[in-house]
Amino acid sequence: MEFDLSDEQREIKSTARDFLASRFKPERVRELAESDSPYDDDVWREICELGWPGLAIAEEYGGQGLGTVELAIVQEQLGYACAPSPMISNAYAGALIEAAGSDEQRSRWLPGIASGEARGAAELTRDPDPVVGAAAGSVVLVLADGEGAKLVETSEATLDRMNLIDTTRAYFRVSAEGGDPLPGDTSAAVDKGAVALSAELVGVAQRALDMAVAYAKEREQFGRPIGAYQAVSHRLADMLWEVEEARSLTLYAAWAADAQPETLALAASMAKARASDSAWSVSHNAIQTLGGIGFTWEHDVHFLLKRARVSAELMGSAAQHRERVAALTGLAAAEPAVA
Amino acid sequence: MDLTLTSEELAFRDEFRDWLEANHPGPAPQGGDQVQFEFERDWQRRLHQAGWAGVSWPKEFGGRGATLIEQSIFGEELARAKAPRPANVLGLVMGGPVVIAHGTTEQKERYLEPILSAEEIWCQGFSEPESGSDLASLKTKAVRDNGGWRVTGQKVWTTFAHEAKWCMLVARTDPDVAKHKGLTYFLMDMEQPEVEVRPLRQITGESEFNELFIESAYIPDENVIGGVGNGWMVAITTLMNERAGLGASAALGLANSLDELVELAKQRGRADDPIVRDKVARLKIGIEGLRLGAMRALTSTMKVGIPGPEGSIAKLQWSSTNQALTELAVEIGGIEALSKDSPWSYRFLRSRANSIEGGTSDVLRNIVAERVLGLPKLR
Repeated sequence: MEFDLSDEQREIKSTARDFLASRFKPERVRELAESDSPYDDDVWREICELGWPGLAIAEEYGGQGLGTVELAIVQEQLGYACAPSPMISNAYAGALIEAAGSDEQRSRWLPGIASGEARGAAELTRDPDPVVGAAAGSVVLVLADGEGAKLVETSEATLDRMNLIDTTRAYFRVSAEGGDPLPGDTSAAVDKGAVALSAELVGVAQRALDMAVAYAKEREQFGRPIGAYQAVSHRLADMLWEVEEARSLTLYAAWAADAQPETLALAASMAKARASDSAWSVSHNAIQTLGGIGFTWEHDVHFLLKRARVSAELMGSAAQHRERVAALTGLAAAEPAVA
Repeated sequence: MDLTLTSEELAFRDEFRDWLEANHPGPAPQGGDQVQFEFERDWQRRLHQAGWAGVSWPKEFGGRGATLIEQSIFGEELARAKAPRPANVLGLVMGGPVVIAHGTTEQKERYLEPILSAEEIWCQGFSEPESGSDLASLKTKAVRDNGGWRVTGQKVWTTFAHEAKWCMLVARTDPDVAKHKGLTYFLMDMEQPEVEVRPLRQITGESEFNELFIESAYIPDENVIGGVGNGWMVAITTLMNERAGLGASAALGLANSLDELVELAKQRGRADDPIVRDKVARLKIGIEGLRLGAMRALTSTMKVGIPGPEGSIAKLQWSSTNQALTELAVEIGGIEALSKDSPWSYRFLRSRANSIEGGTSDVLRNIVAERVLGLPKLR
């Protein structure tokens, strides 16, 4: 038993951390978030050179053939940087097509998704129409279709940009007729997508915690750093608890996706429920710790709160995932009465 | 990253699981504390005869020399099988490891074997009425007398004191130096008239703990552990032993309780109640978070010698989850669950102590804030 990253995985993590810290400095994230289109094409090309779009896609389709653990490692760092990037939409679309697509659908779409040159984008939620991240600039959309999913070429769909509080990503309402159904089972890919988003939320929460801790050490009131007061330091301790618990559950779910698929459904729902709540609650508490400055547009923490709160609604809310956890913990849904 | 057990770990687990299946003594007998104690003492003797008493202890001292992960597996198997605790639990998890770490050769030869065999029971005399979380402020004093020491003071929350032969006692030997520096760690013989044990009745109505009134009790020099004036350092080792590696078995104990809670919800017709379902899911997630955090901490401890940040929050996770679990049980169980005859009413009351015993949640948050997050100290 060894619950820790391998040396290779650590290398992926530190490469991602360093690369994203240099490309997405806080002032650059702010600039993109305040612009009409949050995605930086030059950085996307670099991300493609790093091989991230095809990280978890099989080598026969041009991917790197790595696992959900590696994808989660990169997603956590993207969350930590609050990086405006179409990465997760593209990776999720790739996972769905690879898991449930026909040979023909895979050969047609996966190489472009894996190289990042012809991106896909997948439905992240529905209310009542599908909501898709990073749809503009993609060539294909993967939309829910009954129990499964279908493909719609982006050029055939009508995209309506949403005006969400999170402006570090672009979200679209989609209306589309018809589409090309994926013949296979999407459930494992849906769970992997939730794990990847959970990892991103862990990164968002860790960044908010780091900001709050740094501020609590330097900000002085009543002649002391505020972090010396237990009203503040105990809140920060609880924030660490939330981040670490979400991280343990998410890493476990990523491992389960690769190594123990029979436990993935429960593991993924536990991870997404915990990570959703942790990320917005930790970023909320970071604002509380920062005090007035945390409520200003000028401080960067609000981008984290907004990313966290929107992501908490995507790929199943915390409450929806907890309902699934309950059903998998012995509280089966009620059986209809026998007539 | 691999969360499955290695073949060696699986072999260890299977060996103990098989042994446990063949040797499980069954449910605890009724008939009061003494009957219960003798049952636990017999159980420890049986564990010891098969070499399972000092699992964490090095082989040269009669232990099994198990790795941290094997120790964790051992605890999980005990929890899974709902096995009784061994009678001399404080001797096994605290006393023995302290003697091994800080004792002289003579002390090791004298004390270790009777701990393993449960022939001599150990208790712990740390807390005092005026020194709880601020342990280093303790006032029990020891003064030189005739090749030994005379000790006077009061200790509280002493488990097993009425059964114990030896008390791990921290007393002040030098009142003139800084509070952490004037302490010494003694082994005090409980079988002397200068030590009076009084049961301490707790909110459950039972008396798991005692108070010790010590009036000029004698301790010979050879019963000092780790040298005069080193008591704080020796005591800290003991407390760390108490906390190390308990996460995984604690999570398994909670998982057993959650199974019972789910059954209760079904019996009471609350299985479809969305509020109950949401709370059960939160408990399940908390229990898994504790188990997985414990596994991360074990890995980190085995690799680099110290647990990662996730290890320091395990006690907080456990106490809050156990309290929330018993709260939900009495909520679902209704007025029946609040009857003194219901196991849930006892567990609801007993779990109130979880966030106090073994380090209060308030002090643990201080520790996390200062040592993990690096925040400044208020003091």
